[in-house]
Amino acid sequence: MIKCKTSKEIGGMGHSKKRKEDARFIQGKGNYVDDVKLPGMVYMDIVRSPYAYAKIKNIDASKALEIPGVLAVVTGKDLEQYNLHWMPTLMSDTQMVLPTDTVMYQAQEVAAVIATSRYIARDAKEAVMVEYEPMDPVMDPYKAMDEDAPVLRSDKEGKEDNHIWHWEVGDKNKTDRVFEEAEVTVKQQMHIPRIHVASIETCGCVASYNKVENHLTMYMTTQAPHAIRTVIALVAGHVGLTEEKIRVISPDIGGGFGGKVPVYPGYVIAIAVSFLTGLPVKWIEDRSENLQADSFARDYHITAEMAGTKEGKILATRFKVLADHGYTDASANPSKFPTGLFSIGTGSYDYNAAYMEADAVYTNKPPGGVAYRCSFRVTEAVHAIERLTDVFASEIGKDPAQLRMDNFIKKEDFPWASPTGWSYDSGDYHAGLQKAMDAINYDELRIEQAQLRKEGKWMGIGISTFTEVVGAGPSKDFDILGVKMFDSAEIRVHPTGKAIARFGTKSQGQGHETTYAQIVAEELGIPMEHIQIEEGDTDTAPYGLGTYASRSTPTAGAAAAMAARKLRDKAKRIAAYLLEVSEEDLEWEPGKFFVKGAPEKSKTIQELVFAAYTNHPPGMEGGFEATHYYDPPNLTFPSGAYICVVDIDPETCHIKIRRFVAIDDCGNIINPMIVQGQVHGGLTQGLAPAMYEELIYDNAGNILNGTFMDYLVPTAVESPSWETGHTITPAPHHPIGAKGVGESPTVGAPPAIVNAIVDAVAHLGIKHLEIPVTPYKLYKELKAVGHFE
Amino acid sequence: MKKSINITVNGADHTIEVEPRTLLVHAVREILNMTGTHIGCDTSSCGACTILINGKSAKSCTILAIQADGKEITTVEGLATQEGLHPIQEGFHLAHALHCGFCTPGMMMRAIEMLEKNPNPTEEEIRWGISGNLCRCTGYNNIVKAIQWASAKMEGRELPSTEPEFV
Amino acid sequence: MIAEQFNYDAPSTLNEAFALLQEYGDEAKILAGGHSLIPMMKLRFSSPTHLIDINNIPDLNHIKEADGQLKIGALVREVDLEDSDLINQKYHIFIDATKLIADPQVRNFGTIGGNIAHGDAANDHPAVMIALGAEVEITSPEGQRVVPIDEFFYGFYTTAVQHGEILTEIRVPAASGKYGSAYYKVERKVGDYAAAGVATMVQIGEDGICQKAGIGLTNVNPLPMRASRSEEVLVGSQLTDEVIEQAAKMASEDCNPSEDLRGDEDYKRHLVKVITKRMLKKAIERAQNS
Repeated sequence: MIKCKTSKEIGGMGHSKKRKEDARFIQGKGNYVDDVKLPGMVYMDIVRSPYAYAKIKNIDASKALEIPGVLAVVTGKDLEQYNLHWMPTLMSDTQMVLPTDTVMYQAQEVAAVIATSRYIARDAKEAVMVEYEPMDPVMDPYKAMDEDAPVLRSDKEGKEDNHIWHWEVGDKNKTDRVFEEAEVTVKQQMHIPRIHVASIETCGCVASYNKVENHLTMYMTTQAPHAIRTVIALVAGHVGLTEEKIRVISPDIGGGFGGKVPVYPGYVIAIAVSFLTGLPVKWIEDRSENLQADSFARDYHITAEMAGTKEGKILATRFKVLADHGYTDASANPSKFPTGLFSIGTGSYDYNAAYMEADAVYTNKPPGGVAYRCSFRVTEAVHAIERLTDVFASEIGKDPAQLRMDNFIKKEDFPWASPTGWSYDSGDYHAGLQKAMDAINYDELRIEQAQLRKEGKWMGIGISTFTEVVGAGPSKDFDILGVKMFDSAEIRVHPTGKAIARFGTKSQGQGHETTYAQIVAEELGIPMEHIQIEEGDTDTAPYGLGTYASRSTPTAGAAAAMAARKLRDKAKRIAAYLLEVSEEDLEWEPGKFFVKGAPEKSKTIQELVFAAYTNHPPGMEGGFEATHYYDPPNLTFPSGAYICVVDIDPETCHIKIRRFVAIDDCGNIINPMIVQGQVHGGLTQGLAPAMYEELIYDNAGNILNGTFMDYLVPTAVESPSWETGHTITPAPHHPIGAKGVGESPTVGAPPAIVNAIVDAVAHLGIKHLEIPVTPYKLYKELKAVGHFE
Repeated sequence: MKKSINITVNGADHTIEVEPRTLLVHAVREILNMTGTHIGCDTSSCGACTILINGKSAKSCTILAIQADGKEITTVEGLATQEGLHPIQEGFHLAHALHCGFCTPGMMMRAIEMLEKNPNPTEEEIRWGISGNLCRCTGYNNIVKAIQWASAKMEGRELPSTEPEFV
Repeated sequence: MIAEQFNYDAPSTLNEAFALLQEYGDEAKILAGGHSLIPMMKLRFSSPTHLIDINNIPDLNHIKEADGQLKIGALVREVDLEDSDLINQKYHIFIDATKLIADPQVRNFGTIGGNIAHGDAANDHPAVMIALGAEVEITSPEGQRVVPIDEFFYGFYTTAVQHGEILTEIRVPAASGKYGSAYYKVERKVGDYAAAGVATMVQIGEDGICQKAGIGLTNVNPLPMRASRSEEVLVGSQLTDEVIEQAAKMASEDCNPSEDLRGDEDYKRHLVKVITKRMLKKAIERAQNS
C-alpha cells in the first residue's frame, strides 16, 4: 500500500484521485484545435509531392485560383521574398517550409492553398498543377554513406556527402581490450524501424494575426508552447513578429507522444498567410498527411555487442549506430545530445566498460527523429541492451532471469556511475524482477514450457529489466536551441484559500490538472479540488520547455513542490506572527501550523493565506504567490521489470500474448490510478512497434502504408489485458522523490515481447527477430532455418 | 448545389443546408457547432467520429449528411441529462478510461450501442465490440473496466470496483 | 479528406433508380452501405458525378428461406446477418465471416450486396458465396436475371452487374441434411483485409460420404476463387484427415496470391493450406452436429 501523508479530503500524494479534467472530455466540451473557430477564418490545405526526390519545374496555380472561394496559392518562391522558405530545426539543421526548387521526400509540402472553406481548399489542392523532374532517391542509409551516393543536401555550401554527424561516448580502448580478452562475445544486428506516434488527433493550428496591433495568436497542437513562441520569434522576428507580440495557445491536445514537439512547415505557412492577409488561417492535417509527412520516430540500425564470462558475468558492451534522419535532422533532442540519451544503453547491469558510436545520414525520407512516447532515444538503447542480454544468455545457456539477477547493479551501490557517464540516482532492480517473477510464476512457467515443447507447442517467456533516464534536464548539460531545460510553476493562492497554479509544461492526456494539484495539496494542505491548474497559454503561464520525455513530474512537478514550499515558509512566518511564537516553535501537519506541545494553538493554511491579504506581519510583502524555476541537479532513473508470456500457433505463426506483467519503479507515486493508466497506455504503445507498426518505403521512395488501413495501430483486440504493479525507490535528489513514468512501458515492453517470441521458437534455431515481429516475418524466419517445407 | 435536410440531434430538430458531399461529421461539428465528435482518420479506421444514427453506432466521417436526412442523431453532447451523467460517462470517469479525451466521445457512443444489444458483455465481447475505435493513450484496460461498470450500473447489478489494482 | 462534388438522389423505388441510372449514365454509382465507396471518394480514388442512394428502396432487406433457398436481400447489413436467428441456427459461416469484416460500426451499414457487387477479391462474402454455391439476382428495367456466383466476378472491381442494373438478392441453396459451413481469414489486425481467407461448406450423407462441398478463397487470387480440385477430392469421399489434407494442399496449389504487405506468395499459399484444413474440419464438425 502506498502511504499518504494527507487526508483523502486534501488529496495530496498517493491518493488515486479521480481526474479533474475528465468532466469536459466525457461531455464533449474539450477544446481541441479543430474546435477553434474565429470570425473570418479561412482554411489551408497543402499540395504534396508524389515523388521522393524531384526538381520542381513549374507550379501552375491558375486553375486553382479560378475556383470561387480560393484566395491564394502560396509557393516557396512567395515565401522566399520574406526569407521564410527555410527554417531551423530544433537540432540546428535546416528544413524547407516550402521548396523553391527541389522536393526531398514523398508527401513533402510543395504549395499551400487558402480558401474560404475546407472543402474548397481541398478542391483547389487538386487543381494546382506541379511539373516535376523526378530523380533517383536515396532510401537506404547504408547506401547514403557510399562514396558515389548523390549529395542530397546540395543546398548546404561545401557539403560533399550525406553524413550529418558522428557521436561517441565511453572508453573505446578499454572496451576493445575487454572484448579481446573475453571468454564469450556475442554480436547482434538490429533495426529499430521507422514508426509514427499517430496520436488520434492529428496536428494543426489556427494562426490569427491582428494587423492593427501587430500581434499573433497561434492556437496550435504543441507540447511545448513556450519553446514554440521562441522559435517563431527566431524565425519571424525579422519581419516584425518579436516575442512579446506572439501568444501561443495550446488548447486540449489529443495525444502528443513527441510528435507535437516540432515546428512543422504547415504551422509556418499558416502564420505567414495570416501575417500577410490579416485573416485567421486554420490548418488541420489529414491522417495520411500526418503519417506521411510529420516527424517519424526511431530508424536506428544498431550493431550491438556484449562481452562476458562463460558463467554469465557481463563485462562490456559496444554499440554502433547508423541513424537515418530523412532529409534533415529534425529530432527534438537536447542540443548537446544528437543521439538523445541513447548512452543509457549500458542497461541495469554492473560492468564498467562500454563504448558507443553513432553516425547520422540524410536520405529521401521525411525528417525527424522525434520520440514515440520515449525519452530521447531510450527505447532504441533499451531494446539493444535487453535483446543483447538475451542473446548472451542463450549463447552460454543460462536462464535469462538468473543472468539478469547476477548482473544487476545492487541497491546499495547507488548512486552508480555508468561507463557512459550517467549517475544513476537510485533503484532496486532485484526487488522489481523478483516481484515480476513471483507475479507470473516464472519457475512454473519454465516447467510448463518444457512440457509444451514435448507436445510440439510453442510458448515463450520474455524478460526486460530496463533503466530509463528522464527529466531533462540539468542546465549545465541540457538545452534546446540554447534555452536551458528547467521548468516552472507559479502558484497564486487567493484570499479565501483557493489557488490557481500555472506551469510551463502542457498535458496531452497525462492528467496534469489532477496530479499537479495533488503536489500542491501535499505541500500546502489545500484540498486539491480547490487548486486550479492551467497550462498552455504563453501569455499567462511561466516559461518552460513543455511536456515530453517524461519530464513534467521531474521538472515542473518539482517546481510545484518548491514554489509551494516557498509559500509554506511564508505561511510559517505569518503563523508565528499570529500565534506570537517563534518560527522554531511551530510544527506543520498537512493543512496547518501548530505550536509544539500545544496542538490546540494552531492556524490553518486557509487562515494564514487570508492573513496574508488582511493582516500580514509588518515588513512582510502582502499576498500569497510564488514562482519557482526548477533546475534539476540530476536526471531521474525510473526502472522496470517486465515479463511477457506468448503462445504461438505453430501453423499460422499467430502470436498471442497470454500474460504480461509490468512492475514499474517510478519513485514516489503522486496518483496511483494515473500512474497505472500511464503504464497501461505505454504498454500498448510498446506492443505496437514490437508486433504491428512500421512505416514502410519502397526503393522508389513511396510510402506503402500511409493510412490507418495499413499502419497498424493496435485495437482492444490486439492489446492484452495488462497486469501492473510497482516498487518504490524514491529519487533522492527530487523534492518529492518522484521520477516520471509515462514512457517507461513503451521503452520496456518491446524487448520483453520479442524476447518471449524468440524464446518460444529458440528450440527451432531462431536467435533473433527484428521488430515488428509479425506472423508473416516469423514464418519467413522459421522457413529460413528449415522449419516449414 | 446545396440541399436542405432535416435532422434531429440530441432531441432538437435542425434544418440545415448541405452539399451532397458534406460529411455528417462536418455537418455536426461545423454547421451545428457540436465539436464533441472528433475526426481522427480518413479511412473509417479510428472511430473517433462515432455517433448514433437512429440508435446505431455509425462512423460519421463515412456517412453523408444528406443520408441522415430525417434521422435521429445522438452525439456525446446528448448523453448527460438533467438527472446527471450517463452511466457510460460515469464509468469512463471512475475507471480512468480516458487520458487525452480525443477518442473518448466516439468510444462511449460505440459502447452505448454495444450495451444496448448486449447488456452484460464479457471482456472478450467488449474488446471486439470496441475494435472499430482506436485509443492511443489508455491501452484499453480501463476502457474495458469502464464499460463493465456502466453495464452493471445500467443493469442494476452490484457495481464492480474501479480502484486501480496497482500494487 | 473530402470527396469531389457530385449530385445525389435517393429514389424510393427500383424503377426510379433505373431511370436515374439511365439518365446519368456511366458516371453514376449506386450508394448502398457506402463504407467502401465513400472512403474511396474521400481519397479521390473514385469520383462519380452522381450517387444514387438505394437505401430508401423497400423489400431489399429480407433474410428468409423459401423455395429451397436462403434468400438475402441486397440491402441486408452485416449486422442483420449477425442478429438473424435463422443465420445463427443454420448458416454459421456468416457469423464467422461478419465478425471478421471491418468493425461493428461499419457492419451496421455495410451491406452484403455491396460487399459482393464491389467486385473486390479482398472482400469476404465473395468466397463465402462461392463455398455456398450462391446465385445472384440482378434486376434491370427489363426484369430479373440470375447469375451463378462462378460467373459473377469479371475482374478487379467489375462484376456481372452491368450499367443500368442493380444487384437485388443473393440466393444460397438451403442447408439440408448434415450441413456445415465455416469461414476464417488471417488478418494483420482486427478489421484488416485477409492475408488469406477460406470459406468452406460440406454436406455429409448418413454413410459419412461427402455429398456436397464448397471452398471459396479470399484475397489469394485476382478474382474470388473456387478451389474446384479440392471440392472434387472431397465429394464422394469419407472425410478423413488424409482427404482433408489433400484438399487443403490442392487449394494452396491452385490459388494465385500476389505479394503485398500482408505476405508473399509462399506465405499466403501456406496460410491457404492451414486455413482450408481447419475450416474443413470445422464445417465437418458443424455438419455432424447439425
